[in-house]
Amino acid sequence: MDSAVRLNPAATAASGTPLLAVEDLAIRYVSGGASRRVVEDVSFSIAPGEVVALVGESGSGKTTTAQAVLGLLPANGMIERGAIRLDGTDITGWSDRRLSALRGTRMSLIPQDPTTSLNPVRTVGSQIAEILQIHGERDRGRIRARVLELLARVGLEPAEMRAQQYPHQLSGGMRQRVLIAIAVALRPGLIVADEPTSALDVTVQRRVLDLLDDLRREDGTAVLLVTHDLGVAADRADRVVVLRQGRIQEAGPVRQVLAAPRSDYARQLLADAPSLATPRARPAVPATAGVMLKVAGLTQTYPVVGERGRVFRAADDVSFEVRAGTTHALVGESGSGKTTTARCIAGFLRPTSGTVEVGGTDVARLSGEQLRQFRHKVQLVFQNPFASLDPRQTIGQIVEEPLRNFDPVPKAEREHRVRAMIGRVGLPDSVLGRPPAALSGGQRQRVAIARALVLKPRVVVLDEAVSALDVTVQARILELLDELQRELGLTYVFVSHDLAVVRLIADTVSVMRAGQVVESGPVETVFHAPAHDYTRDLIAAIPGGGGAAGKAAQ
Amino acid sequence: MSETAIPLRAPRSLRLPPAGLVLAWAVIGLVLAWAIAPGLFAWQSPLQGVSGSQLAEPSAAHWLGTDGLGRDMYARVVYGARESLLGACLAVTVGLSFGTLLGLVAGARGGLVDAAMMRLVDTLLAIPSLLLSLSVIILLGFGSINAAFAVGCVSIAHFARLSRTEVLRVRRAEYVEAAFGSGGRFGAVLWRHVLPNAMTSVLALAALQFGSAILALATLGFLGYGAPPPTPEWGLLIAEGRDFLASAWWLTCAPGVVVVLVVLSAERISRSIGARRT
Repeated sequence: MDSAVRLNPAATAASGTPLLAVEDLAIRYVSGGASRRVVEDVSFSIAPGEVVALVGESGSGKTTTAQAVLGLLPANGMIERGAIRLDGTDITGWSDRRLSALRGTRMSLIPQDPTTSLNPVRTVGSQIAEILQIHGERDRGRIRARVLELLARVGLEPAEMRAQQYPHQLSGGMRQRVLIAIAVALRPGLIVADEPTSALDVTVQRRVLDLLDDLRREDGTAVLLVTHDLGVAADRADRVVVLRQGRIQEAGPVRQVLAAPRSDYARQLLADAPSLATPRARPAVPATAGVMLKVAGLTQTYPVVGERGRVFRAADDVSFEVRAGTTHALVGESGSGKTTTARCIAGFLRPTSGTVEVGGTDVARLSGEQLRQFRHKVQLVFQNPFASLDPRQTIGQIVEEPLRNFDPVPKAEREHRVRAMIGRVGLPDSVLGRPPAALSGGQRQRVAIARALVLKPRVVVLDEAVSALDVTVQARILELLDELQRELGLTYVFVSHDLAVVRLIADTVSVMRAGQVVESGPVETVFHAPAHDYTRDLIAAIPGGGGAAGKAAQ
Repeated sequence: MSETAIPLRAPRSLRLPPAGLVLAWAVIGLVLAWAIAPGLFAWQSPLQGVSGSQLAEPSAAHWLGTDGLGRDMYARVVYGARESLLGACLAVTVGLSFGTLLGLVAGARGGLVDAAMMRLVDTLLAIPSLLLSLSVIILLGFGSINAAFAVGCVSIAHFARLSRTEVLRVRRAEYVEAAFGSGGRFGAVLWRHVLPNAMTSVLALAALQFGSAILALATLGFLGYGAPPPTPEWGLLIAEGRDFLASAWWLTCAPGVVVVLVVLSAERISRSIGARRT
């Protein structure tokens, strides 16, 4: 690589200039002839070794700002004015070739989605080696030694074996470690981490963030952490910059912002972060409420491919009861069997053994037409609102569809009920004629909830229904679910990996691990006096938990 | 590799469609107009020859010259559009409807039904297409309709293959599961969700098959299995001109060039439909 474009970190560190300084940045997107300013007057700086968090909801311009820093704006985005100084040099006007030389060496990126950011047909070792080769390393032996060293450093051991594996052989957390290894390979001064853990479980999230923290401390690397969760920022950052609609709402040391937020928006974010929010007092359940859902001895096994006679127990003797009008949460990491259990309850899976009684009917024994009629009573809301709505239907058609599947309802009546339901979930009438693509993630999830409720079910199974959403949107959806429950007397089964969220909505909880229920009981009891180590682990993993309270108190 | 991680939104500007695509649509539009109202484009009779002006060279009076019976070649090409396009439409319709139905049932049902149907499709694909269409014609008898039907039969396998794959893809989508979850019956879910979402690439294939159907019909016409003389049909025109290839090359070339242009245009349009898939 051309050594002239490499900046000299030693010289600048001494002179006290910040590693990265963003000054009055304004970015504009041009699409379809219209142009929109998405970032305006954004200024902040990062000193060597410092962690600065860019916090905001989707559409706040935080990712755009991060992309601009790396020189990776989409082709239709352009920097209107302002400067991005890396080690004191303004890099805004630089050509892509000059920037490429900087990326990886002086600054690097940890992308958001570990599942799509690795090449599926190459081993992880060769993908780490690639960045070394791109930046001029030719000696095979040295590359190999460095790759193994990096893998060991990010905790992927035995490194020799891991280097030979393909991305699909690794879990989400491991893949994120590979991406971190690539990002730190050339010891850059600045790492831009764009929602590095949003796609991961809370426990995995904690381990990955811990790793990032360790690496940062050892190498003195600065981190620009982009996140929607103030809880994560509270734990990991020295300073936060709160963005909304492309403008800075508030910036300052993390303790100060958490303890005494000056802007309304920061206060809102603080209230919305499930880990920082104080749980609402849930109304006491009347003792007379009958049992709506009873799961007993539910077991789901799958034969292990290639090994005859061995079975994988996805759910193993799961039992719990849910009283009418209450919320029961199933909590655990991915692979704990919570989704399997939820699908059995919703009638999508037939359990190998055990019973699932909803209002006296055993779901496990239904099939064909009986099962179809049963759908009246139990509805499932899927995790991903981007996949669960047919892109070719309008919102009106989507919500109307369940009504067309059962006893004929006159067209006028159907339309009336669809309108009422869309209004009930807090969407304007104007969305009825639009396709899902015209709606945001939060709005789509509202549509999915409306579709589930239009049949007036007794039980709603929410499978990670808020996990894919920003904290702000998540908080609104949780409020909506709460309201609907009280008005319609719904019973919820709430599946989540995040105990902080569960605490906000559930009355009772079952903590699951490897297919088994390890602990269950009222949420507050489980939260305050966890009996099982695994539960304690889950509670400790909640971002912002102890750290935020501590920092705010100081 | 970290560079590729940030999703690059494709720039969407108000650019004009590519020139090639415009040209392709123009060719197809013109040929369609020929088929609908040939009288507007050609003022001479395609069937009635003018004695004394046989095998005339292209001139102002006869743009593409005349054939061995003194018939205006330009008129014959224009009038031939109807026969060829109708045949191609029929062939694509046959292939599209039967093929999609096969693929839909196989993909949605799965298991034994799928396996049986797909082996049938494999068999169809294994037979050379010309041989297959000739056998169908021999079973059904000669004629332009039968030729078109035979060409359609050959493309059933292609449509079945593609639509099965698409159905399998859509079948796994969460919104299809959600539709079953809200009490949808099997048929209703297929009709409302699976079919519309699976159709885009099938339609692209239909446009592509339109081109190859014209080609296949011309082949059959050339071999004498299609429309009987004196019907103006592009394949037949080429065959008739063959006898005068040395003295009047334009009789073979003119309809040949038209066939090539139409097939190329259909292919270009098919690609643009395919590219629109998200």
